[in-house]
Amino acid sequence: MSAFTALLVRELKLATRASGDVLTLILFFVMVGTITPFAIGPDKVLLARLAPGIIWIAAFLASLLAMDRLFRADHEDGSLLAMRHAALSMEAITLAKLIAHWLTTAVPLIIATPLMAVMLNMDMTIFWRTIVSLALGTPALTAFGAVGAAVTVSLRRGGLIAPVLIMPLSIPILIFGVSAINANAGPGAEMAAMLFLGGISLVATAFVPFAAALALKLTQE
Amino acid sequence: MNHARTHAPRHLEVSRLTCLRGEREIFADLTFQAEPGTALLLRGANGAGKTSLLLCLAGFLHIHEGTIAWQGRDPEQRPGEDMHFVGHQSAVKPGLSVNENLDFWACLNGGSTKNTMSALEAAGIGHAAHLDAALLSAGQTRRLALARLLVVPRPIWLLDEPTAALDAAGDKWIAGLIDDHLDQGGLVIAATHLDLALKPGDRLNTLTLGGDK
Repeated sequence: MSAFTALLVRELKLATRASGDVLTLILFFVMVGTITPFAIGPDKVLLARLAPGIIWIAAFLASLLAMDRLFRADHEDGSLLAMRHAALSMEAITLAKLIAHWLTTAVPLIIATPLMAVMLNMDMTIFWRTIVSLALGTPALTAFGAVGAAVTVSLRRGGLIAPVLIMPLSIPILIFGVSAINANAGPGAEMAAMLFLGGISLVATAFVPFAAALALKLTQE
Repeated sequence: MNHARTHAPRHLEVSRLTCLRGEREIFADLTFQAEPGTALLLRGANGAGKTSLLLCLAGFLHIHEGTIAWQGRDPEQRPGEDMHFVGHQSAVKPGLSVNENLDFWACLNGGSTKNTMSALEAAGIGHAAHLDAALLSAGQTRRLALARLLVVPRPIWLLDEPTAALDAAGDKWIAGLIDDHLDQGGLVIAATHLDLALKPGDRLNTLTLGGDK
């Protein structure tokens, strides 16, 4: 097994064996969708109009919830330090961890979206657009989260500071994510927003491993 | 454990090394050398800077002043790929079984998994290979961390208190490991309080840190 695959397999094993983490995330995501109709009242038209925003807020908050465990456990038990001498560069290690993290935190949310669709009275077109916009946008959410997690990995209360750091970075994802779903944004607008989302994700995934690896090296001094 | 290949020689030359952590000076003006086939034991009171020196040598800490020169390194290789660092923390993951832990490190360090079982046997935890690593005792966890040294041969070993939490048999095992490594031309730098019972010969040097403080 190559070093990269070995790391990917290890991350997936660790995440799936501690399956409570994944379930907590899904529960949190679905709960936001479930309580919203109770909070704003049973107005179906209003719910359908708010649905894209609610789904993206829930996805953003869920990704914040999971972000802290990306590097912290490995930092605390010395794995991250030992990985510095691996046959793989820190950048490649960060990329492998990012991919595994996306597979175990964002993909479950996308799979749980049908539940949200029922609670928020979405029609089929909106539902499919939601799935596509989440699939396109969550890699960027995960990537920006990784920068926050890497910068704050050695701080004991890093879980408090990291969200503040990555919130400004995540706002464009929310804006384009919601406008990619919105039906009444104008002709061609949702396609443009989808392309922007995909573009942000590609750029973030390309650059973040370098930024996060640098942050990890500096914070371990 | 006998590795077929002898290690490429690595010389270490440290001159006038000063280490700061935060604002505090840990040690200053440290000059020493280490030759392949010898072990350098770092001694000193708690807080004298043994761990900091090892972290400097491993390339984890910013060097404030002075130089650390490794000779004999392959310029094609990334620095660090010729050394093993085993610190206080075991880097052992609960949730993975004992052999999954070691297989992972073997692959990540560029080796193969064919040596892992024999390394676990040598470490005395072969019988626990399929148990969750969370079930290991402190000493067994330590043995698993040290088994990383065996699965992927590398010339430089940086060990921080390798005998911590180990029983008498464990101490002997470590001494044997280091002996074998030196026989193969490896270089060992270890921070330890215990006297390692190495084979007689002129290959054990001691560096005492923080003597005058």
